[in-house]
Amino acid sequence: MTIHRIRVTVNGIEHEAEVESRILLVHFLRDVLRLTGTHIGCETTHCGACTILLDRKPVKSCTVFAVQADGRDILTVEGLEQGGQLHPIQDGFWQEHGLQCGFCTPGMLITGYALLQRNADPTEEEIRWAISGNLCRCTGYVNIVKSVQHAAEKMRQGEAA
Amino acid sequence: MTPRTAPEVGGMGHSVKRKEDPRFIRGQGTYVDDIELPGMLYLDIVRSPYAHAKIKKIDVSKALAIPGVLDVITGETLAKYNLHWMPTLMSDMQMVLPVEKVMYQAQEVAAVLATDRYTAADGVEAVDVDYEPLPVVVDPFKALQPDAPVLRTDKPGKKDNHIFHWEVGNKAATDRAFREAEVTVQQDLYIPRIHVCSIETCGCIAQFDRVSGQLTVWMTSQAPHVIRTVFALVAGHVGLAEHKVRIISPDLGGGFGGKVPVYPGYVIAVAASVLTGKPVKWIEDRMENLQADSFARDYHITAELAAKQDGTLTALRIKTLADHGYTDAAANPSKFPAGLFHICTGSYDFQAAHVEVDGAYTNKPPGGIAYRCSFRVTEAVHTIERMVDILAHELQMDPADLRKKNFINPERFPYTSALGWEYDSGNYGGALDLAMQRIGYADLRQEQAEKRQRGELMGIGISSFTEIVGAGPSKHFDILGLKMFDSCEIRIHPTGKVIARFGTKSQGQGHETTYAQILAEELGIPVDDIQVEEGDTDTAPYGLGTYGSRSTPTAGAAASIASQKIRAKARKIAAYLLDAREDDLEWEPGKFYVKGSPERAKTIQEITFAAYTDYPEGMEAGLEAVSYYDPPNLTFPFGSYICVVDIDKGTGQVKIRRFVAVDDCGNIINPMIVEGQVHGGLTMGLAPAMFEEISYDEQGNIQQGSFIDYLLPTAVETPKWETDKTCTPSPHHPLGAKGIGESATVGAPAAIVNAVVDALWHLGVRHIDIPITPEKVWKCLRDNGVTA
Amino acid sequence: MIPPKFEYCSPTTLDEALSLLRRYNVEAKLLSGGQSLIPLMKLRLATPAYLIDINRIPGLDHLQESHGSLSIGALVREADLELSEFVRSKCPIVCETAKVVGDPLVRNMATIGGNLAHADPANDHPATMLALEAEIVATGPKGERTIPATEFFTDFFTTALRPDEMLTDIRIPVPAAGSGGAYVKLERKVGDFAIVGVAAQVTINATGMCERAGIGLTNVAPTPLKAYSAEVFLQGKHLDQASIEHAAELAAAASQPEADLRGSVDYKRDMVRVLTIRALTAALERASGQVR
Repeated sequence: MTIHRIRVTVNGIEHEAEVESRILLVHFLRDVLRLTGTHIGCETTHCGACTILLDRKPVKSCTVFAVQADGRDILTVEGLEQGGQLHPIQDGFWQEHGLQCGFCTPGMLITGYALLQRNADPTEEEIRWAISGNLCRCTGYVNIVKSVQHAAEKMRQGEAA
Repeated sequence: MTPRTAPEVGGMGHSVKRKEDPRFIRGQGTYVDDIELPGMLYLDIVRSPYAHAKIKKIDVSKALAIPGVLDVITGETLAKYNLHWMPTLMSDMQMVLPVEKVMYQAQEVAAVLATDRYTAADGVEAVDVDYEPLPVVVDPFKALQPDAPVLRTDKPGKKDNHIFHWEVGNKAATDRAFREAEVTVQQDLYIPRIHVCSIETCGCIAQFDRVSGQLTVWMTSQAPHVIRTVFALVAGHVGLAEHKVRIISPDLGGGFGGKVPVYPGYVIAVAASVLTGKPVKWIEDRMENLQADSFARDYHITAELAAKQDGTLTALRIKTLADHGYTDAAANPSKFPAGLFHICTGSYDFQAAHVEVDGAYTNKPPGGIAYRCSFRVTEAVHTIERMVDILAHELQMDPADLRKKNFINPERFPYTSALGWEYDSGNYGGALDLAMQRIGYADLRQEQAEKRQRGELMGIGISSFTEIVGAGPSKHFDILGLKMFDSCEIRIHPTGKVIARFGTKSQGQGHETTYAQILAEELGIPVDDIQVEEGDTDTAPYGLGTYGSRSTPTAGAAASIASQKIRAKARKIAAYLLDAREDDLEWEPGKFYVKGSPERAKTIQEITFAAYTDYPEGMEAGLEAVSYYDPPNLTFPFGSYICVVDIDKGTGQVKIRRFVAVDDCGNIINPMIVEGQVHGGLTMGLAPAMFEEISYDEQGNIQQGSFIDYLLPTAVETPKWETDKTCTPSPHHPLGAKGIGESATVGAPAAIVNAVVDALWHLGVRHIDIPITPEKVWKCLRDNGVTA
Repeated sequence: MIPPKFEYCSPTTLDEALSLLRRYNVEAKLLSGGQSLIPLMKLRLATPAYLIDINRIPGLDHLQESHGSLSIGALVREADLELSEFVRSKCPIVCETAKVVGDPLVRNMATIGGNLAHADPANDHPATMLALEAEIVATGPKGERTIPATEFFTDFFTTALRPDEMLTDIRIPVPAAGSGGAYVKLERKVGDFAIVGVAAQVTINATGMCERAGIGLTNVAPTPLKAYSAEVFLQGKHLDQASIEHAAELAAAASQPEADLRGSVDYKRDMVRVLTIRALTAALERASGQVR
């Protein structure tokens, strides 16, 4: 079959759609669901601008077919803000100047978010390692590391509170 | 510099959090590919696998048979409208779509128009092109030999592949200095072609409205007004008129100079929209981007220094061969086909210098002026900083001492170099001293000596660069005749809120924040009350765009001048309101008050309201001003960078242990943003120094056509940059600011190369061309008997 | 960027998958992690008419031990392998290898089964499996069969799997006490394929003598290479600087690198030597119980 009906939960909302088997998940998110926060920067699975959470794991959505996401749960950058409140990872990037042109940022946010879910106090080395699948041309990564550290601190305080 | 305004106002010197960030951190930016218009069609491009070939036949029948493929546009289609060739920004000619032959691999050959991007891709695969390969020229030296095939057969009477010869300086004095020199050093350096790789590729949506004759193009362009004028000039004969062309540069995912030129894809999309009356989207994918546009560098340099035995520099002589690819599309100011390369005397006081640059055509995509090079300043600085280091090592002088011996002293500014530039201000020794102190230079030299005894390889490299930005004064600077002023238009609303529009276009530099900060400084209105816009040619005042670190020096200055005009009118209104004489009023950011009676004051908000409600008779209402700023000179940011490396003798890998960057960009608008620019610039200095290169084989096949082999550094390869600053304001800039965007890309590579060569000099290594790969280092080691 | 059209099926049992494989034969490709296959499809270098997604088949992602053998299911993700305390406690070289496959995001999808079955000579796990003398379990219409890793990689992108078989399991003999291993990968940057990679797994006895040595080489031949002559040389010897260096020379001599953008023949060959020294040295340290 080349057309499939899929049901995907994205940012907490269930979507049903008919898609060609070859449509990439990133195109499904951007062109069908019109969630254009997830970006495309290459076609060889290097740049990570397309990073989303698939069942809570950060993956490159340009290297997954939409049909593979049937019945699964996706978080994109648009889903980070909850109830009008920025997630600490988003605020961290704002406070620490972790973005310039903003194009790699959604991918960095999702990867940073996922890192902090499993490691509440990552070292600089661990952060750099975790984002090594996300390319940035503008920031030189220094402030991205600081942004994640800022978010980690915020989240630890939030837990302590 | 202590800020003059309160943090809530956010004038210069405050690290105001960026106003553009709220949309980006929510994924709500609007980049070209995010835009969808009703009825929009998709364009995808068929590209040549050959670097040089005749086009015998283009068979589009299979493509047209695919449901959803609407048309295939070829050179023949465009030739009917004389749009198959068009000028480059250097007044050379470039093909939009070829009729006769292709001249570089990945050249656009035909364009498929379809209902969706997947079908367009299927269409591209189904187009059959019959090529007859022609002899390929990839070596620019061979291209200039008399027996080389002539590539530009479109130029009547052209009998060679030579583009230009350009020289500057005093040849006689220089030659004499070399003849009389106590010491000379010579070195060949090759600075390879590289690619800017903004994370967002190039693209556009062209929308031609048949009823109104209006063309709107959303475009990844750093210079939308220039594009509008070029389109109007080039396509005027088919009905495009400048008042009916609107270019909108929305959010741009990086530019770095790669989004300045007019690429064929844009023109084809416009043509397709005009032909169909429908919006047409073209977004190139990464491999297309890497193979066809956004290039930089490709300079073959032979440099010589003349000096005294005690290290005093006397003369500089440089010959360069510039490989431009098949056409000169490097968007330099028109008088300077080698850009600002003749800043190559650098931070040093040379009595004599002479530079020659020759440009050559080859079967490569158009070379460019991208990658944060400041118009060939990366090439210039790399050359002089390498040469100075080579001389220091030959004379067995400490490279820091040799530099200090030859720096232009602070008292000499404004300083006119031997190649004709008037440097505005500088304190080179100050920056170097700070860098040396931050990195612990003396201790490092000692450690190096000890390690060398044990056979361990450690190196320290310095780069003390002078940048040249802010193009530029109308006397010497134009692009296609358009003078390189820039602009700011301010309008203040009754309730004291501001909208300001500029002729530049940020691609991440934070103009929505920094320009607001300039206005906050000048008007005392809080940054939150100031809306900054750029990029829509229908509303923004004319400007030449953002590249070459020119925005702060030109448009930033325009903001200041326009603010002064606003203040002048505000003063009149304040005098009227306070019933005082204009020259009895003092200004502090945010208010006018009567000298000696500070309680008799009017805030800027009271004044702005009055501008619409209560102003002197005979005065026009409103409070607005525009400035088109013609800079009196360029500005000259500078800095000193020091890099420490350790070399793995087994693998040849170079580890950057530390890198200290001291930058001086004069008065700083936003320290946080400036630091971010330095971090990013350093990383784009690291990348060509150690990872990135675009090369071609004998057949003109690109070797690094994707991210598999074109290696962008990740957070793991990138060191933790250490930054610091000195502040030497520009005497001629209204804010004393100089610009910072490209300094680090300009200065960093030489620091890295100098460090590696410094580590290996005692083994007999004198120079290594970038990128310094582990294998190159390994070869140096093994050739000199070092193994592990 | 855009893949060609294909038919997609997503079987939920192994039998279903195998019958689809049998039906579509060479026109079908199995989709596990997709991190090698999907990029090839996007470049239209792989154009299967049928894609059989095996990710929904239960029972293929186990990590367990039985009869002295570590059993790793084909669908175990590289990221899970990297972080598995269980695998680290039994055979840490496998974790060390998983850690350098691609980048962290790729590792969340990529599977060890795919890494082995795809048989790209630049893939990392094959060399480690050779060093460990692991076995590949292939399941076909007639049931399971076991293929020694040393017989599994037959040519460039080619394995001993028959068109109607699927790689379902990897069985690694749990190294004895006194064992240590290391996978050392030289890459141009994180996420790249190896310029050269070396897997070394040694077992030493109480007197410090090498009882067995396994050395696998990545990306220096059309298939992963087992450095037999180096292994044989080390057997029965004390592992010290001299013997390690000699073994490294033998490994380098056995390699058959080709020149490409990652390096010249001479460089790659010397890197086999250098990395073999480093891998053996690390393996020895770990075998001796010294913390690295």
